[in-house]
Amino acid sequence: MTLSMMKTIISSSPFLRSGLSTPRIMWEVVITLVPVVGMAAWVFGISALLMTLVCVLACWMAERIFLPPAPGASVLGDGSAVITGILLALCLPPGFPFWMAFLGGFVAIALGKAMWGGLGHNVFNPALLGRAFLQAAFPGAITTWSAPATSFFALRGSNLALPFLKGESVDAMTGATPLSAMKFTHQAADWQDLLIGQVSGSLGETSGGLFLLLGLYLAWRGLINWRIPVGMIATVGLFSGILYWIDPAHYAPPQFMILAGGLMLGAVYMATDLVSSPLTHKGIWIYAVGIGILVVMIRVWGGLPEGVMYAILLMNAVTPLINRALPTRVYGHASPTS
Amino acid sequence: MRAGQQTTDIGSVLTFPHGVHPPEYKELSCTRPIERVPFVDEYTLPLGQHIGAPSRPVVRVGQVVRRGELIAEPVGFVSVGLHSPVDGTVTAIELVDHQNGQLVEGIRIRTDRFSPQVFPPREAINPSTLTRDELIRGIQMAGIVGMGGAAFPAHVKFSLKPDQSVRILMLNGCECEPFLTCDHRVMLEQAEALLDGTMILAGFLHPERIAIAVEANKADAIKVLRQEVARQGIPVEVIPLEVKYPQGAEKMMISAILGEEVPSGKLPIDVGAMVSNVGTAVAISEYFRTGKPLMERVVTVSGTALARPTNVLVPIGTPMQAVVDFCGGITHPEPRILLGGPMMGMVQKNLDVPVMKGTSGILVLTDREVVDPVTYSCIRCGRCVDACPIFLNPARLGLLARKGLWLEMEEQHVMDCFECGSCSFICPSAIPLVQSFRVAKGLLREKKIREQTNQ
Repeated sequence: MTLSMMKTIISSSPFLRSGLSTPRIMWEVVITLVPVVGMAAWVFGISALLMTLVCVLACWMAERIFLPPAPGASVLGDGSAVITGILLALCLPPGFPFWMAFLGGFVAIALGKAMWGGLGHNVFNPALLGRAFLQAAFPGAITTWSAPATSFFALRGSNLALPFLKGESVDAMTGATPLSAMKFTHQAADWQDLLIGQVSGSLGETSGGLFLLLGLYLAWRGLINWRIPVGMIATVGLFSGILYWIDPAHYAPPQFMILAGGLMLGAVYMATDLVSSPLTHKGIWIYAVGIGILVVMIRVWGGLPEGVMYAILLMNAVTPLINRALPTRVYGHASPTS
Repeated sequence: MRAGQQTTDIGSVLTFPHGVHPPEYKELSCTRPIERVPFVDEYTLPLGQHIGAPSRPVVRVGQVVRRGELIAEPVGFVSVGLHSPVDGTVTAIELVDHQNGQLVEGIRIRTDRFSPQVFPPREAINPSTLTRDELIRGIQMAGIVGMGGAAFPAHVKFSLKPDQSVRILMLNGCECEPFLTCDHRVMLEQAEALLDGTMILAGFLHPERIAIAVEANKADAIKVLRQEVARQGIPVEVIPLEVKYPQGAEKMMISAILGEEVPSGKLPIDVGAMVSNVGTAVAISEYFRTGKPLMERVVTVSGTALARPTNVLVPIGTPMQAVVDFCGGITHPEPRILLGGPMMGMVQKNLDVPVMKGTSGILVLTDREVVDPVTYSCIRCGRCVDACPIFLNPARLGLLARKGLWLEMEEQHVMDCFECGSCSFICPSAIPLVQSFRVAKGLLREKKIREQTNQ
């Protein structure tokens, strides 16, 4: 075969690619979220599965409407909206009305991502932005915690509440979360229960041990920057450890602070969002330590029992500044340039 | 800076910070001994095969030339001689196709069908009796250029200014580009000549240390070189380096071996390092021992769309089509033909151009290796930041390039980029990072020239 008969394609080097594409990163993260959703379903019953489905559907619809995929691209998109949907569901209480969850998912993509210009342009983690919206819009519903389910198929009445109708929407069985118990009555839950996940809370605020395993896997695959969870957890442990050492009667022990609430979920999946975390290792450490300090401050001295969401959102806001202000030294240059 | 030390059966390996690990594809051709490509009917020798001024023809049309005869002489200092690879007749001195797509002046030679492939041994020149200037002149007239791919005249590099001295002479046998195995085979099969050429260089450069740097994936070459060094009893270190791209870049070798950086805008010699490709040392040895100038070179011909990947010794000026045919031809209807390695090489649209002094590889790939991926937005994952061997921020430079903010890119040191392509290789969103940096560098260089001429 002579070359004149062939079709040759001209492009510019490098001609090899690493093979890890953006959609692939996103879908691999989605797969690691399957056991988390499974755990939530096991603890809270079918509500957890339906909640996840509702949130993913809302995110996917918002993505289709505001960020329509290019012709020929997959209808499922690049997978980032699916992650947002699952993560949003994981930080909602199991008895949360589905219509509110749907609204939250829609807002997460619309205001959290599309408004900024789509994937890669958002400053805040979209899932947390959706959660913050729901917290502001429905402060009552989002702090109504159900105890773990008695039967798998027992759907909570409040799940099916209709918009704008006041009804018997409050679940009969409510259980205080470990963090609110700590905040308001100074009762720390047993850390072993927290590790396994037999406590009440949001769908993803259950098993710290599971997140530990998933975090190790994600870091090994290079899908998250290990410095973020390590920096966050170490800071929370150290900071709360100092407080506990000063006054054990008043402050919670560090193992409780690490395993309670959404810290593990936040450290492994929320703060590690590639788009809204800094670019350089130095920046990453500042970001992670900043989140850790804010989490402890909000939990201990703030008005809310839990502070992971606001801590991450605040540090998200600082990220562009960190990226811009941190000087880096280029090879062959004596002094750093910013 | 000596990150990543580890122990293997060849000893601990050194490396530089950052870098990437592309698939190697070396197994296609690394066990294939160097084969000689038979003479073809006609050779085409562009006069500008090296960086610098093109050579000036010293033959006329119709003249009979011998194999190894000078056919074009250097013009000025940054220029080298050019030699006929065969016995034959000059048929034309005209515009010919160059690998870079342009038409340049070149010499065509029709082969005498009885041309011998064996180079008649001439009187050997004893390098130790020559002065430094005579050695430099010899290397220039022998047409020797850097064999790694850039084809920079070797004698220019070896000419030291009075205030310069060589702390370390480094022979570069890293060959970090995927697919390429020509240096690997040269080290295995021509270790004696390689060390001889090294010692000729050492004889007039007077280095404090002599080292041959080889990536650890060529353990057999490391062993062969160590044995040969021991046999000859010469003070040469064979240093294994970690298998990582771009380990073979001069700056990265200096980081790995000396733990020092070359200041921005300076040359390796400014930190006392002289780096030369192993093939260049072999060419120097051949010239001084047998009088054979640089008129053929070892080329890796490889790729998944090639019937018989191998390493070949090709006369300079052989049409690439003949080389590819010698290796069994192309087996894929839509091949990607590359010259050099897949990370920094260039694409070729046709095989009618000749093999030149800087041609280290001819790769015929398929769409399995060379993909044109869909581009996504930057997700700020920072992989490019962790990959860049000179610690640039490619993500940020990419955003600036997209907005056409060239001056801001200059402030961010885009001119220090040596275009290794690690950022584009690793980017999951397939953003053309290094490609846009090339554009920026070109525009910034143009602007500088414009400003200088206006003054």
